[in-house]
Parts: sequence; C-alpha cells; structure tokens
Amino acid sequence: MIVNKETIAELAKENKRLDSRALTEFRQPILIETNISWTAEGSARVQIGETVVMAGVKLSIEKPYNDTPDEGGIMVNAELSPISNPEFETGPPGIKAVELARVIDRGIREAKAIDLKKLCSVPGEKAWFVIVDIVSLNDDGNLLDTAGLAVLAALKTAKFPVVDPETGAIDYKQKTDKSLPLTKEPLPITVYKVNGILMVDPSLEEEKAYEARLTVGSDAKGTISAMQKGGDGALTIEEIGRMVDLALEKASFLRKELTKALKA
Amino acid sequence: MTYTKRVDGRKIEELRPMEAKAGVVKNANGSASFKIGKTWAIAGVYGPREVVPRFMANPKHGILRCHYTMMPFSGSGERIKPGRSRRAQEISMVMEQSLAPVVDLSAFPNSVVDIFVELPQTDAGTRCAAISAACIALADAGIPMKDMVSSVAVGQVDGMVVADLNYNEESYPAIVSDIPVAMLHNTKEISLLQMDGEISKQDLLKALEMAKIATEKVYQLQVKALKEKYAVNNEDN
Repeated sequence: MIVNKETIAELAKENKRLDSRALTEFRQPILIETNISWTAEGSARVQIGETVVMAGVKLSIEKPYNDTPDEGGIMVNAELSPISNPEFETGPPGIKAVELARVIDRGIREAKAIDLKKLCSVPGEKAWFVIVDIVSLNDDGNLLDTAGLAVLAALKTAKFPVVDPETGAIDYKQKTDKSLPLTKEPLPITVYKVNGILMVDPSLEEEKAYEARLTVGSDAKGTISAMQKGGDGALTIEEIGRMVDLALEKASFLRKELTKALKA
Repeated sequence: MTYTKRVDGRKIEELRPMEAKAGVVKNANGSASFKIGKTWAIAGVYGPREVVPRFMANPKHGILRCHYTMMPFSGSGERIKPGRSRRAQEISMVMEQSLAPVVDLSAFPNSVVDIFVELPQTDAGTRCAAISAACIALADAGIPMKDMVSSVAVGQVDGMVVADLNYNEESYPAIVSDIPVAMLHNTKEISLLQMDGEISKQDLLKALEMAKIATEKVYQLQVKALKEKYAVNNEDN
C-alpha cells in the first residue's frame, strides 16, 4: 500500500490514523529530561513519539531597551538542524524555524509569563535578558508543540548564574539557586485540520496532509496568549472554537506530564 | 607554578569518563552519541544522497561533508550566536580530512555523505568528540570503511604530558599545549593533528605516543557501542 496524503485524508474521515491512535491522542512516549546541558542556565530534552527537541536558556546582563528602561527581555530562537530531517538544509533559519520560534516567543511574551521588571537591577542600565534556543534533533512531526514543552521545561528549571558583586561580571560556571520570575506557564498546542477532521500531534506524514492548522498558546488557567493559523486552507468560526477547546485540553495534559517529570 | 597533580585528580594518561551509543537519531541513516567528561557530541549521517549544490558533485567518487555545530547554549561562557563561525568551518574541514582516509566512497559517484554534529554541552575536546561520534555514525550508516578513526586530545600542562585536557587544564595559567589527534586504529596513522600553545619536540613525540594509548580506549568504546546496537544477545536465549 502506498501511503500518501490521500490515504491519511481518507483515514481521517473514518476517525482513523496510520498508527491507530485516536485523532486527539498524543504519541507515546512523552519523555521530559531537564538539566541536560551544564553550560546552559536551564535546559531540557523533550521527546514525543520519535520527535526529539532540545532547548537551552542562556542569561546575560544588557542595557534595557529605551522604551522599557525598567525591564529585561526575552527572545526565543529555533535552529531546525539538518541532523533532524533530511529535508532541512544548513544555513540561516528558514521560514519554518522563524515561525516556530516566533509563535513560541509570543506565547511567553504576551502572557507576560516572565516578570520582565524583576529582571531589571538598575533601570536604564542593567537587566537580565533571557535567550532560549531550540534545536531539533529528530523531526517526526509536531516540532512546534515538542519545542514549546522543551522551552517551558528549560525556563522552569533555569537558575541565575553567580554575579561578582564588585565587577558585575557573570560567572557562568556557578549557578545560584534563584529561578526565573515565571508567573505563568504557557504551552502551545497545534490542532490540524485534515479532510475537515481535527487531529493533534501529527506524524511527519500526517503533517504533509493537512489543510489548515491552528496553534494556541495558553496558560494553566486556559487564558490564550498567542495564536497562529497556518496552511493554505481556511477555518470556520465553529471549527476554531473546537480547535481552541482541543488545544486547551491537550495543553493541560502536557502540563501534567511536565509536572510529573519535574517531580521525578 | 608547577603542575604536579591534574586539576580533576586524573592520572596523566587517564581520560575523562566516556559514554557512547549508536543509533540515537531515528531519521538519520546512521547516528551516534559520544560523551567524554562534560563534552557531548551527537552525530547524524545522511547519505549517500544526491549532492546539492550540483557543482560539488564528483563523477569519480562520492564526497564526504561534515557540519560541526555547537548549540547556542553549549559554551561555558556567554551564548554562542548561531550560524557558521570561522571556527566551526575550520573544524568541519579538519573533521572531513580526519575521516577521509578510512571512508571509501568510490562506489557512490556524484553523491554526498553528510555528517551533522550537534554539541549540546562542551568542556574542551569538542572536535575530537565530534570525530569519534562521526566515525561511529558512519559505521552505523553502513558506509564502506577500511578502518575506524578514534580521536582524543593530548597535550602538555606546565611540563606534564597529559591526555584529554579539560577546559580548566587548557586555560591553566602556565605553558600549555593542546594537541587534538585522530588515529586510524589498524595503521596507527594520524589523520588529525592540530596544536596550539608551546611544546618541545621531545614532549610532542611523548604526547603522540600517549595518543596511541588514549585513542585505543576511544576505539574500544566505539566498537562496543556498535556491537551493542548490532550484536545478537545470545545470553537471553
């Protein structure tokens, strides 16, 4: 049997998937490991099915931006490494990597998940800037949700490095026990529409068959902080309603997985 | 200042604890993880496949291409800006040259074997770890090879010839030399040799002799990693 877009679309119509999962079911295993990199202030490796992503947090002290002199900053960057998918090329991030990073970035930034004012030590002079880098290691579909979970795990476990009180220099080799001022825990979930049917956590093949997708970033209370519609197809308002419901439900599911992993 | 004892208490020829595993990247044709101390390299091999860009293709034999990348959070100081630095380009090149003597791509004209190496964390010795990981990954991918390449750094810290310097030794405040070496297992030929710092010829030869023993330890681990993936476990039957 040749598996192609049509096969996946036909199966979806019958509420079926290639790997016999339910349409709203995430793949197993879901593995979350933190502190995988001693050089990062916080780091995580997340695996969903066979998709593997690493995320690392680096902190630095910079001059605040002129329009927000009493705030630090956050930036999320993604490298879709050619090690993870034969179709990915070397070179600067392509549009897929840029979109992925920006959607995750917005989810955190717009939720005000990090209290940026608490990152500022001397207004107009000195503040902590948080940079989260995502690196894909194996792409078997749904890199965005996997990366979103890795970023949250890395942020939650990050510790500030020691700062010399006299010179102000950062000693990256020593960490304090102080965590980031994280006020919320935003997670992105992407819902895909395939042949008019909604599904989550697509495999690489399924990802090629979708008409439209909607990523919803939400916190533990279900407040939405970022959205991104993708794909050439269109969505009805009714569909968007159902997609948001599904995204919130799955975000809560992944958040529980994260809590479990961090306790272990 | 005299260096009488290594900063982490190791014996002069002792390597940091190592771990190796073959088959860690599902999508790749071959892959490996190689850890030495707090340096970690993950290698993935794709190919033989069509060369892009086409002008790089060689009609007589396949080409080998290495891509060395430190993850932005993998340096022991500030974040490393992503993108191919001059350093990464040079390391990628010497990696290709260190593996070239053992890889036989004569059966694959006009094609390329790409090796991507990602380092999630580092503490010196990254190019050596990258080469050792890459060699396991090439074997895992079934690329025709005449021999294995095993790599580790040797050097001299304040007059003491040692194997596998870590960052604290590389930056020890005295005369230090760091010599990354890759060695072919059967012939004991050297396919990677770089050096920075200062060293006498006598100490250099002593260090290279030490590299023979050091790379042999790496080789044993590389073979073990491959056997663990491919060997049939008879004890279970």
